[in-house]
Amino acid sequence: MITMKMNGMEVKAEEGWTVLDTAKFYGLEIPTLCHHEGLTPYGACRLCLVEIGEGPKAKLVSSCTYPAEEGLVIHTDTKRVVEARRMMIELMLSVAPYSKTIQDLASKFGVTKMRFKIRNEECILCGLCVRMCAEQMDGKAIGFQNRGYQRKISTPFDIRSEECRLCGGCLYICPACQLRCQGPLEESPVCNACLTMDPTCLDYYDELQCWMYDAGRCGTCVREKK
Amino acid sequence: MIANQTINLDSVQEIVDRYGGNKSKLIAILQDIQAVYHYLPAEALKKVSQLLKIPLIDIISVATFYRAFSLKPRGKHVATVCLGTACHVRGGPKILEEFERQLQIKKGETSEDGEWSLESVACLGCCAIGPVVVVDGNYYAHTTIRKVPTILEKYRK
Repeated sequence: MITMKMNGMEVKAEEGWTVLDTAKFYGLEIPTLCHHEGLTPYGACRLCLVEIGEGPKAKLVSSCTYPAEEGLVIHTDTKRVVEARRMMIELMLSVAPYSKTIQDLASKFGVTKMRFKIRNEECILCGLCVRMCAEQMDGKAIGFQNRGYQRKISTPFDIRSEECRLCGGCLYICPACQLRCQGPLEESPVCNACLTMDPTCLDYYDELQCWMYDAGRCGTCVREKK
Repeated sequence: MIANQTINLDSVQEIVDRYGGNKSKLIAILQDIQAVYHYLPAEALKKVSQLLKIPLIDIISVATFYRAFSLKPRGKHVATVCLGTACHVRGGPKILEEFERQLQIKKGETSEDGEWSLESVACLGCCAIGPVVVVDGNYYAHTTIRKVPTILEKYRK
């Protein structure tokens, strides 16, 4: 057992756990995007940032890749952490403003402005599809290519891969491909439709219940809250 | 694509054997393949993937990551103009323009007769002798627009 201090609380982690696993076990919420239980940690989205250490030496690390260490002092929601997360959400919004997952995150963390130029690339390079293909589907049909601002995910030579079995695993797991709900502020880079509703339905929003798939316009989730 | 099909893959086998089929020697293998064909043919990469048992996509990731590798056919001679900070302020872009004019190709292209390819590089690490131009591994120091025809002439028969 590894003993650590998380938000001032003494926590115990098992050997091989990451900081994120420990936080989840104790019910501390850390937002994630590129993390998936069935896939290896990757640390690309930087949403799961936490602050480790104390005082001026404190630094931000991604909790999904940081292994639990004896005597580690962790803070999961300091001002610095929240600011960093909001910045990451803003940056991802600028690349994939049509993604429902990212718009939901923006509403949840109160990101109401987007200060960057919209690039509309519809890929945030989180690597979920690449890992899904390689680890769960044993396909290895897609991967990262090029580097820097030209980095992209594609099949070899950008043609249909012989390894691809069209399983759709990559589409299933992609957080940027699914379309955002058609809220009242459809045209803006930040949707925030969930925030403009009263009461806000975000925490009660259930895809299965919401038969209109429409951010609570059916009212089911709003009723539930009352 | 027709040219790709006529490629002799024996040398690929030979190169992989030379490194004992060692996965960690992938970059060295790709460099040797590029030395033979002047680029990395798709068929050769597929063959390497089979021989080394590395997924093709991983080889592509490596090949596209490094600027030294080219997946498109390159010319017999490759002219590389340095556009690093030191070369840039001493007129690197003007020299590149002169090369573009002389060879009648743009940066990153290959001439139709397959003789010349023109590329730029961010820094070669020899800023003291800038602006630098490299043709087929030979370095030309303190290049000026006037020296461009002389350099090209050396490689034209």
